[in-house]
Amino acid sequence: MSLRAANRYDAIIVGAGHNGLVNACYLARAGLKVLVLERNPFVGGAAVSRSLYEGFTYSNCSYVCSLLRTEIIRELELPQYGLQIIPYEGGCTMMRDGGHLAVYDNHDAMRREIARHSRRDAEAYDRYVRDMLRHCRFIKPLLLREPPDPTSFRPRDIHELMFLGKHFHGLGEARMYDTLRFWTMSCADMLEEYFESEIVRGHMAGSSIIGTALGPRSAGSAYVLLHHYMGSIDGAVGAWGFARGGMGAITQALAASLRASGGEIRLSAPVHQVLVRGNRATGVVLQDGEEIHAPVVVSNLDVKRTFLHTVAPEHLPPEFLDQVRRFKIRGSSGKLNIALDGLPSFPAIPAGSPSIRGDLHITDTIDMLERGYDDWKEGRWSRAPYVDMLIPTQIDPTMAPDGKHYMSVFVQYCPYELADGPWTDEKRKAFGKTVIDAIGAHSPDFRDLILHAEIRTPWDIENEVGLTEGNIFQGELTFDQLLFNRPVPGYAQYRAPVRGMYMSGSSTHPGGGVMGAPGANSAAAILRDLGRKP
Amino acid sequence: MSQESPHFRQPLLRTPFHERARALSQIDRFIPWAGYTTVDVFSSAEQEYFSVRNASSLFDLTPMVKYRITGADALRFLNRLMTRDIGKLRPGRVAYTVWCDDAGMMIDDGTVFCTGENEYLVCTAERQLDWFAASAIGFDVRISEITEEIAALAVQGPTSYALLKGIGLAGIERLKPFEHGNFTMPGTDGAITLMVSRTGFTGDLGYELWMEPADATAVWDALMRRGSSRGVRPIGSQALNMVRIEAGFILPNMDFVSAAHTLRIGTERSPLELGLAWLVDFKKGHFTGRRALLAEQQRGPLRQLVGLDIEGTKPAHNALLYTERSGRREAGSVTSATWSPTCKRNLALAMVDAPYIATGSLLWAEIYLNRELVWERRMVRARVVERPFFAPARRRATPPAEF
Repeated sequence: MSLRAANRYDAIIVGAGHNGLVNACYLARAGLKVLVLERNPFVGGAAVSRSLYEGFTYSNCSYVCSLLRTEIIRELELPQYGLQIIPYEGGCTMMRDGGHLAVYDNHDAMRREIARHSRRDAEAYDRYVRDMLRHCRFIKPLLLREPPDPTSFRPRDIHELMFLGKHFHGLGEARMYDTLRFWTMSCADMLEEYFESEIVRGHMAGSSIIGTALGPRSAGSAYVLLHHYMGSIDGAVGAWGFARGGMGAITQALAASLRASGGEIRLSAPVHQVLVRGNRATGVVLQDGEEIHAPVVVSNLDVKRTFLHTVAPEHLPPEFLDQVRRFKIRGSSGKLNIALDGLPSFPAIPAGSPSIRGDLHITDTIDMLERGYDDWKEGRWSRAPYVDMLIPTQIDPTMAPDGKHYMSVFVQYCPYELADGPWTDEKRKAFGKTVIDAIGAHSPDFRDLILHAEIRTPWDIENEVGLTEGNIFQGELTFDQLLFNRPVPGYAQYRAPVRGMYMSGSSTHPGGGVMGAPGANSAAAILRDLGRKP
Repeated sequence: MSQESPHFRQPLLRTPFHERARALSQIDRFIPWAGYTTVDVFSSAEQEYFSVRNASSLFDLTPMVKYRITGADALRFLNRLMTRDIGKLRPGRVAYTVWCDDAGMMIDDGTVFCTGENEYLVCTAERQLDWFAASAIGFDVRISEITEEIAALAVQGPTSYALLKGIGLAGIERLKPFEHGNFTMPGTDGAITLMVSRTGFTGDLGYELWMEPADATAVWDALMRRGSSRGVRPIGSQALNMVRIEAGFILPNMDFVSAAHTLRIGTERSPLELGLAWLVDFKKGHFTGRRALLAEQQRGPLRQLVGLDIEGTKPAHNALLYTERSGRREAGSVTSATWSPTCKRNLALAMVDAPYIATGSLLWAEIYLNRELVWERRMVRARVVERPFFAPARRRATPPAEF
């Protein structure tokens, strides 16, 4: 085989994150010769498990799984390649006054738990769950479909638009109103329609701001909450779980599945630019100057990184570039990965309560959450941060030595750029201290149990993973950036303005959260364009 | 009551009768019901069934959700909420009623006790605080859930009157159907006061006893002692389900799903569809769901709950119904089914499409028979018949007969 032939593929995927790998898997299974290029020496993007401290494995970025489409897991045979998702029970918000609100799977336990705070809220919870499930039922069929271009007269667009219209109309009058209201309203307003108790509202509101540069009182935050609710495990909607071995197990299984169908992955191979000739993508050039050719180039990078840094501007329409520049992809979250010498105690959580095995929080009101957002707007990390912390090693035996624990701490809000100048080691440490102190206020032995802590700011996440501003969703999940407006109007069908070039990352419909749907939808679009059956 | 574990370890509550029930449970068959652990079967559903139709039965209905509704606007509030005219309900009377959402779809059914002027007790199958509170906006009304403050026991069967008289409830013979009153009975530490209503879910002669939880075991013991020679026995949910189908009563989550819980469009049910048109009083003025129900009444129902008499002896649980034996065209499905040991009929309640709801209509039910793990599919005749299937005259006699 000549060198020239060796460097020629049917499709090149830039970025070995989960969506890039999903995309590559589907293309390879359809018979294409596929190459995935990854700049890091490991696959995974933001779904990685890494060992940074002897004996411990961290889910360095994403840390829990619910949204990954079951269709993808089945079709790509991921369980056969080692993927196991274990649902976790529980969760708890610890209150500043020593109280708590726990989450239990059992409906009666949950009702009685909420009733400790408000009897009415305990019953309103059923209505809340019902409405969330109704919204999920509306959105779910849209996830694995290509959004239509509402201005196009292509039969496919008209067909998809009719599907969307019919689906929406099928809701009936009252629910059509509810749906439109819901997609645009703030989480605080939405929760006030259900709950009277501050702690119940505060607890529920957490999911509305995770990974998002919005506060709970910002318009559009209600949808973000739903985005975290619409996943499921084994049919249990809203359930979240751990990938056994950390989130890297997902991308490891995808990589193995890809290799089994003949796909190739090259690590430590950063792409410099997409090669374009006569408005057609012809391949990529790596940072070391090597050229690799393919008629199909798929970028799994976020839309800004793709079009502002990886394609020369002369190939792109200026209006498109302007919209890409204005795409909201603001950094708002940090992450601490902590190796612990033992299980920390949380006096607020009753002994024997399974809630400690779920997601733990220390933000007990919507106001406290909103104050945290105020800090972010002013260019500093929240002085009283929202944390979404989990100790998966209570369930997963593979991530830490027996008796020791790994704690994943997602932190909201943390800005990409600080008001007082760039991030430094000192500021990163101070950010870490803020978070550790905040947790320590609810756990007297926490600080003493820390063996090692990885502290990651949005700036660090951008530098390692490549996500612009470290935004975990590759762009915010607000209504102006969803469906046929994601990432930019007119380009929501996974196709770039350059022919033969495609997008597969979470910047595209239906967005982020380790769903895999953008990668799968994008692969379907590519195969349709190639006239191949998926 | 025994010391209870925290709710995350033991989510279900125990009723004040739990210790007694556990002691009499032969086969440890408990099921969750409205947040409590309750007996499904004590020993044999058939034997328990016959205690209702032949002698006396005790059924613990403490888990029924209970609300006390008071305040200057209590009547106005209830009249707007309920489909029946609560204004006609005098103190000392009980009414069975339903309530709907704005679209006229059933939220729940239950009983309203008028305990005084603007003082009511409402018993419901499912929790209603969220809906009641939302419906109370603008009314001077206080709604408090008192489920745990009242222990409740149904005493049902042809000897139930004799049994209550036997434990010393003086004056019980004057209590008419759908009346309630306070009665006293002798206890070990002085007299016990009970509220007794002549109501029930069995379609038979029967009463429901409402008491302080502290008095629960004394009342239970008195009934069991007095009734031992006449066949009194506690019954579980399975036996109750058999008699309530015979009586033609509906159950939420069996015969309909509350519009407060449905996720899918078109699965909620109106009282007209459930055959409860007699509970909807269009003349009383405005009530929640009135406009939608009026429109539905004028349009005619799309489907209706009907009684079926089904060929053979195998209960047609969850059976799909067809217009012809070929099974080409569906006409509805069975919601509840039982073999009736008293009527010797194979009974069912079914939601059936409008063209086939008339009494006498012939449908075909698809039944699966387990022949020692060899499954057979049968199409059997299902005839639409009048409800209730069983309605003995003794249920209404005042004073009631001794047996």
